[in-house]
Amino acid sequence: MKAKGGTFVNKLITTALVSFALCCLSTAALAAAPIKIGALFAVTGPASFLGEPERNSAQMVVDEINKAGGVKGRKLQLIIYDTGGDATKAVQLANRLIKNDRVVAIIGPSTTGDTMAVIPVVERAQIPLIACAAGIKITEPVKKWVFKTAQNDTLAVARIYEQLKRERKNKVAILTVSDSFGSSGREQLKSQAARYGMQIVADDTYGPKDTDMTAQLTRIRGSRAQAVICWGTNPGPAVIARNAKQLGVTLPLYMSHGVSSKKFIDLAGDAAEGVRLPSGKVLVADLLSKSDKQKSALQAYIRDYQRHFKAEGDHFGGHAWDAVMLLKGAIERGGESPAAIRNQLEATRGFAGIGGVFNYSARDHAGLGRDAFVLVEVKKKSWTLVK
Amino acid sequence: MQLLNQIMQFVISGLATGAIYALIGLSFAIIFNSTGIVNFAQGEFVMLGGVLAIFSMTALKLPIPVAILVAVTGTTVVGVVFERLAIRPLKNATPLALIIITIGASILIRGMVMLLWGKDTQVLPPFSGNMPLNFAGATLLPQHLWIFGVTLLVIAASRLFFHHTITGKAMRACSFNRRAANLVGISVGRMVLLSFAISSALGALAGVIIAPLTMTSYDVGIMLGLKGFCAAIMGGMGSGLGTVLGGLILGVLESLGAGLISSGYKDAIAFLVLLLILFIRPQGLFKKGETDRV
Repeated sequence: MKAKGGTFVNKLITTALVSFALCCLSTAALAAAPIKIGALFAVTGPASFLGEPERNSAQMVVDEINKAGGVKGRKLQLIIYDTGGDATKAVQLANRLIKNDRVVAIIGPSTTGDTMAVIPVVERAQIPLIACAAGIKITEPVKKWVFKTAQNDTLAVARIYEQLKRERKNKVAILTVSDSFGSSGREQLKSQAARYGMQIVADDTYGPKDTDMTAQLTRIRGSRAQAVICWGTNPGPAVIARNAKQLGVTLPLYMSHGVSSKKFIDLAGDAAEGVRLPSGKVLVADLLSKSDKQKSALQAYIRDYQRHFKAEGDHFGGHAWDAVMLLKGAIERGGESPAAIRNQLEATRGFAGIGGVFNYSARDHAGLGRDAFVLVEVKKKSWTLVK
Repeated sequence: MQLLNQIMQFVISGLATGAIYALIGLSFAIIFNSTGIVNFAQGEFVMLGGVLAIFSMTALKLPIPVAILVAVTGTTVVGVVFERLAIRPLKNATPLALIIITIGASILIRGMVMLLWGKDTQVLPPFSGNMPLNFAGATLLPQHLWIFGVTLLVIAASRLFFHHTITGKAMRACSFNRRAANLVGISVGRMVLLSFAISSALGALAGVIIAPLTMTSYDVGIMLGLKGFCAAIMGGMGSGLGTVLGGLILGVLESLGAGLISSGYKDAIAFLVLLLILFIRPQGLFKKGETDRV
């Protein structure tokens, strides 16, 4: 009995010693190894207009950080998977990032649907997630491990209603796309209408693949609306702008931030003239006043994106840029354990990124205020600020 | 008066969309008649037409008429290659197997276009300006006139071809009875190839003339193909004029449905019509019932 007990203690000591040695070894190895960050973007599929610039921007900024010596002397390694905009796949890939790749944090996914599916996974594994999707339910109610960089729909709606109120217009027609982006916008447009004294006199929808919206616009033309608000992503809104011109609809046409890229002007052509939309400041970086905190970050981002991809950086890619920079800041301040990253993210204040000036707190994991959006108008095939 | 104006606009818009469905429906019917296959890659031919036209205009800097020619020829080549590589080698395959092959081909074509030209939506400049025209209280664009014109021309040409030329008659013979056609010396294989060529050219033409209006991207083919298929089913998959009427009716129903009831039901209306016709009049709206001799 005694002998047996002795061997047990011996075994225990040996195990402890071996595991201690292993621990030392692995920390030594880790010190040289890069910090692994996971990323889930919808690079292909219907949401690829989000996923592609996001992937490009994230890779670009990680490369730049590494070139400049990394974070506290450690390189970052970005592991990117393509969800294809499929929630099931997003969940599988999130598990892979956490279990196989052992990442310390995840950036993305690109769409609200993917993000909502991934949230339970990261909450259980206790890995911080910085989503690049806009849906308000991602961070409301607040989830411990989930943050986001894309501006809430609420802010965009508020921006449009404020402008209409200023112009003393209170009867609006809304025309929203029948997918998750459009229905979220529709919900917000309806729920905030009362607060701004708006009356929705026509409420119409269109399909994401529809190619002719004259029927809906004809009906809107016959209503008492003083402005049309259309909520969708390309190409639908471009078709609507063209149809509106064809029908001779003279009402002011407001779009969502879903089309805030040059692509919309290309597609809508002359019909884009006079269209207004709330947008992240990236579209009008050069027009911002010098005192704007975001100006230097915006201009640097646009310059870099142009150099790497020969294309204009848009605010979708900006969401990923912000996410990487927020992570970098958190790791610099608190180290690389998921819990430390989470705590430091939550403590982030006054970070001027592409999407806006971020102020996270225990009660706010979206971090942006109304100033994240500016109202822009298309004039002579270019964006101008609406004052 | 206002409601009347609105309805007029719905009808005009519907006819314009319907004309597109009709063109695509016709190209479905041509292949079906000579092979018994429903070619579900038809929508991809439409997409290819638009994408190739835009590519030859923007990247190769060709003038519009040449670009259209390049697009139609290019798509025809794709159609012919498709028939040679995927349809012909399977001599004794059942129509079901062939139909599944066409679905495979459509996924392949879509994927290749996505890789080659990206996922962005693109637009072709209109053929003759963007000034809206007024017509009986409704407005339409010059491009709509192009669509109507080309559709009319295609109907006339196909009527002429299938009823008044030897080759056209031979193709119809194949559709009535392949074996008998073979016995009287018609090369059925050649006719099948020809039907693929004509049908892909037609699809491409449809794709080119709608690209200035509806824009195009690698994935527009699916919905357009399905709507064209509806039109062809309404027309009984055969009679040229029936398919055209089917397309126009479908377009107007969609537009009226979206305008008067709710835009949410637009696609539902199209597919409800399709189901009803398949249940009640599977031979199509305008065909007399066929009798099988026992």
